[in-house]
Amino acid sequence: MSTALHVGFIPLIDAAALLVAVDKGFTKAEGLDVTLAPEVSWSNVRDKLNVGLFDAAHLMAPIAIASSLGFGHVKVPLVASFNLGLNGNAITVSPALHAAILREVEGDPFDPMVTARALAHVVATRRKSGAEPLTFGMTFPFSTHNYQLRFWMAAAGVDPDEDVRLVVLPPPYMVDSLAKRQVDAFCVGDPWNSIAVDLGVGHILNFVSDILPRAVEKVLAVRQSWAERNPQVLAALVRAAVHAADFIEQPENRAEVADILAHPERMGVPADVIQRALACRLKIAPDGTMHEDKNYLLVGRDGAARPDPAQAAWLYAQMVRWGQAPLSPAALEAAMAVFRPGLYDAALGRRPGDAGSVLSDNGIGELRLVDAFAGPRFDPHNLEGYLASLGYSHHETRSD
Amino acid sequence: MGAEPPVKEPSPKIVIVDESPIRAAILEEGLLEAGFTGVVHISEMQSLLSRIYALDPDVILIDLENPSRDILEQMFQVSRAVRRPIAMFVDQSDSASIQASVDAGVSAYIVDGLKKERIKPILDLCISRFNAFAKLQDELERAKSALEDRKVIDRAKGILMKLKGLTEEEAYVLLRSTAMREKKKIGEIAQSILTASELLK
Repeated sequence: MSTALHVGFIPLIDAAALLVAVDKGFTKAEGLDVTLAPEVSWSNVRDKLNVGLFDAAHLMAPIAIASSLGFGHVKVPLVASFNLGLNGNAITVSPALHAAILREVEGDPFDPMVTARALAHVVATRRKSGAEPLTFGMTFPFSTHNYQLRFWMAAAGVDPDEDVRLVVLPPPYMVDSLAKRQVDAFCVGDPWNSIAVDLGVGHILNFVSDILPRAVEKVLAVRQSWAERNPQVLAALVRAAVHAADFIEQPENRAEVADILAHPERMGVPADVIQRALACRLKIAPDGTMHEDKNYLLVGRDGAARPDPAQAAWLYAQMVRWGQAPLSPAALEAAMAVFRPGLYDAALGRRPGDAGSVLSDNGIGELRLVDAFAGPRFDPHNLEGYLASLGYSHHETRSD
Repeated sequence: MGAEPPVKEPSPKIVIVDESPIRAAILEEGLLEAGFTGVVHISEMQSLLSRIYALDPDVILIDLENPSRDILEQMFQVSRAVRRPIAMFVDQSDSASIQASVDAGVSAYIVDGLKKERIKPILDLCISRFNAFAKLQDELERAKSALEDRKVIDRAKGILMKLKGLTEEEAYVLLRSTAMREKKKIGEIAQSILTASELLK
């Protein structure tokens, strides 16, 4: 007997483990009959998961946390027991902004600190000349893209709320908006960065993996109440996703994976664009310049699939830093509890302390550090200290 | 009616964000009939937020097929551009309304402070009009396919009349009895006759 599941996703490369799990039959082998539903907005994915139209969903990690804590919308506790991907985003800029930044660059242009400082110069010059502030597109208020852009520019003293404009754009509109000069830059996952480069309307300035080498991106989210009622089904879904992630990470399978994802009912973009992202080797300029970073997108390898509560703490810290959430120990704890490495381990039949199990459970004692290209070392035990050294003070909730 | 005296409050300003002009018209008409006079329809997603800020509505209704929905979520954020805070779609406790609206394919954003009893009729109307539109579309699809079937059957009848020297009545009876014997729809049998005659040409 198979269990029918409805699972929502947004057509992006980091949905790969979910799409391959279904289309290669890994879910069927686990006794699951999964219907995949493509969605047009993150709000829809969140709401359909929250009200039960979806059993599970490809969801941006910060949305899972915001939903669980009731930030920005209805409070529905979610859990994430599988990371669909780490990293995979890039900052793409218009040819004009690219040229302006390159004129100011002092040092290695692949170093995000160098580009952030150059951006600060461009911003200052524009202000002096009375030009409009630069506009950056990102995908959602509670998005990794929002926090990654802010983290990057703030490291060089650019105030993301005062010095530039950050606007939400649905990913499929990003390239068009850049071409029409409605935005000067955007931060998004692939295929959209590569498509902008292929069309000659954008340059990839930095991979986000250069800014944060291990940043959780999408999770496989379910309602906490559903997880409690259906532990076996959830475990089966996680196992299918783990098998899919293993399949995706074998270089000899890349062409097949790209074909699966390229299908019109999945992503509907050319397979070669998908292959570049899977290979972590992207065309970054319309002239064909390539750039590679082995951490550009991690789907399962190096322990990427196992949820890490420290990552949830980092995302919560960004919400506090930018005035989206109050700082409270209870909220921090609740945010971290969204990420469930224990459920991941249980699905794979691992017990706490087994070989291959890095963490015992949700305890924060043995957490992996969240590294970043700049700023203080992240410490989930001392969020206040971390935020203070970033220059955070409680003025953030503005009312102007 | 309750004991409360009738309150003369101005009709809330409602913005409909929908790229389907027919559905938006159906909804707008319903709202006007119910006495909500301040209804504006936005069908152009270009600079959506600035248009909404300029209109300064009390309620925003958006269809769930619209990718621009994520843009609206920005209105929850503290920002200079927002004059009034926008609350989330319905009351946190009203999960049945949330479920019904997501099911119907619509979402509502409501400015903080608007009373629940003023929102409820708008939302209920919106849900029923969206459901009515979906039903209408469904019926239209069915009517279209019935018309298609009709054309195919007429052509198949013509072929049978010509090849077997039957009257129109006889040709139809033959189609119908074959369909019944093979447990198929008449349209399917007619289509296979067209396909076969195409092949044998």
